[in-house]
Amino acid sequence: MGKKQLVSRLLQMLIVLIGISIFTFLLTYLSPGDPVRNMYTSAGIMPTEELIQQTREEMGLNEPFVTQYFHWIGNCLKGDFGKSYSLNKPVVQLLAQRLWPTLKLTLMSMLLMLIVAVPLGVLSAVYKNRPIDYIVRSVTFFGVSIPNFWMGLMLILFFCVKLRLLPVVSSGGTFKDLILPAVTLAIAMSAKYTRQVRTAVLEELSSDYVVGARARGVKESKILWGNVFPNSLLPLITIFGLSIGSLLGGTSVVEVIFSYPGLGNLAVNAIMSADYFLVQGYVLWVSVIYMVVNLLVDLSYNYIDPRMRLRR
Amino acid sequence: MEKKKNKFLSNRGFMIFAVLALLIILASIFAPLICHGVDPIEGELANSIMAPNADHPFGTDKMGRDVFARVIYGSRTSLVSTFSLVLTIFVLGTLLGILAGYFGGWVDAVIMRLADMMISFPGLVLAIAVAGLLGASMKNAIIAIAIVSWPKYARLARSLVMKIRHTDFVAAAQVTGSRTGYMLRKYMLPNTITTLVITAATDIGSMMMELAALSFLGFGAQAPTPEWGSMLNEGRNFMQSAPWMVVYPGLAIFVTVVIFNMLGDNLRDILDPKSE
Repeated sequence: MGKKQLVSRLLQMLIVLIGISIFTFLLTYLSPGDPVRNMYTSAGIMPTEELIQQTREEMGLNEPFVTQYFHWIGNCLKGDFGKSYSLNKPVVQLLAQRLWPTLKLTLMSMLLMLIVAVPLGVLSAVYKNRPIDYIVRSVTFFGVSIPNFWMGLMLILFFCVKLRLLPVVSSGGTFKDLILPAVTLAIAMSAKYTRQVRTAVLEELSSDYVVGARARGVKESKILWGNVFPNSLLPLITIFGLSIGSLLGGTSVVEVIFSYPGLGNLAVNAIMSADYFLVQGYVLWVSVIYMVVNLLVDLSYNYIDPRMRLRR
Repeated sequence: MEKKKNKFLSNRGFMIFAVLALLIILASIFAPLICHGVDPIEGELANSIMAPNADHPFGTDKMGRDVFARVIYGSRTSLVSTFSLVLTIFVLGTLLGILAGYFGGWVDAVIMRLADMMISFPGLVLAIAVAGLLGASMKNAIIAIAIVSWPKYARLARSLVMKIRHTDFVAAAQVTGSRTGYMLRKYMLPNTITTLVITAATDIGSMMMELAALSFLGFGAQAPTPEWGSMLNEGRNFMQSAPWMVVYPGLAIFVTVVIFNMLGDNLRDILDPKSE
């Protein structure tokens, strides 16, 4: 990616981000609940109509949509995402607190997934249409069809209720708390990723240079690990980056099941208690992280693909 | 046409899963017959949390409702909502994609930037936010997932239309005075429809899981409607004393998703022999 491309890419990101911020704000603006009423009831106060009107005025909620939007986005740029009224803390502080546990969970499950998916995918590609390939393919097929929240519940049932090996409710602090949520996420992902590794490796295996190398008598293992595998890395990294992004949002179901104190759990609770500032802040944060990850993935091509390096 | 029919009938895998899928659909239609009139919504509190037995093959829940009846009736909610969701994104995505590809210019720019916005965003995050903020109901859950899922179809339809947009036969049709509506119906739609039908068919399973996930979080089906995702949510707190409350609804999702995924895969093999 040249400098020009990078600039145009960043501009594009900015446009999408503005779009997302308008969309998020519109959603909370249109949603049927009244934030002021929720704010008071969650504090245990039964507000009078007068009080509600007065607070609406103070918070600027009676202003037109555009004014409200610019007021909100201006504050966001200054790092002020407002205050969560269900938890009575600044939104930024809450998000920062919960980011690390979710990141830890994401990285851990990605690691588990790689350990399982890469060897299985390569194995299944190399032994295409042999028994081992059929086994891997059918296992992964069932793997993608299991809803991860059910998988999580079954793991709890087995390891926590029946065997009593692990804690049912995780506090997110220790390694033990991380195991089951990470395994739950990793199972569904490895099933998907194994199939993609298999497809990528198969595609490389069928290219001409492999036939040529075989004809020249190059050892099969050398072809596989020296040429085929490195070459099939490129499409895999794209998918890898995308799954980091989808994990950032996709962990929420698993976080809720295990009462894991991450971003997703925070967001679900925020929506339940109609905590609008927190929801808005969360959606913006996650989309920024997601876009940055995707950008980093694209930039990493420069270092992995020699052709890209030459083009620069 | 005759040849195509044979292709479906002679594919054993496709026929097996088509029959299984039909059985699930029939089970949901004839739910009262299968459950011998057991009500999935009214239960007797005296029967609450009973382990599976002869009267209640899947046990009962905390309200004394029969879990088997709720699982069978739950297929209605899941199937109807999943099919409406897939149909919505299929129609919406295909239509927008064809328009973007055919007209190009600012139509293309607007539609595709919207699609970019939805894609450059973790899907479930937005779906949860939309479903939660619009209010929890199955209809809003469908809207939420549709909002984040249509771009996939639009991009596909657009790329297929772009492929034939500048071919000679399209130019010839235009020169001989074919109207725009006719062009879209007669040339653009038929060229995209097979690939998009395949995509829709293979998407049924994952869409079903996403809807169940939203219901599980409490943003979809509302009590007392029987729905697999929300049944799992109800059963979650009784896992130690009544594991059957979480085992069977989940099993129902799993089996249904497997059948529809298999059906989709087989359909793809029949319609598009090139892809693996």
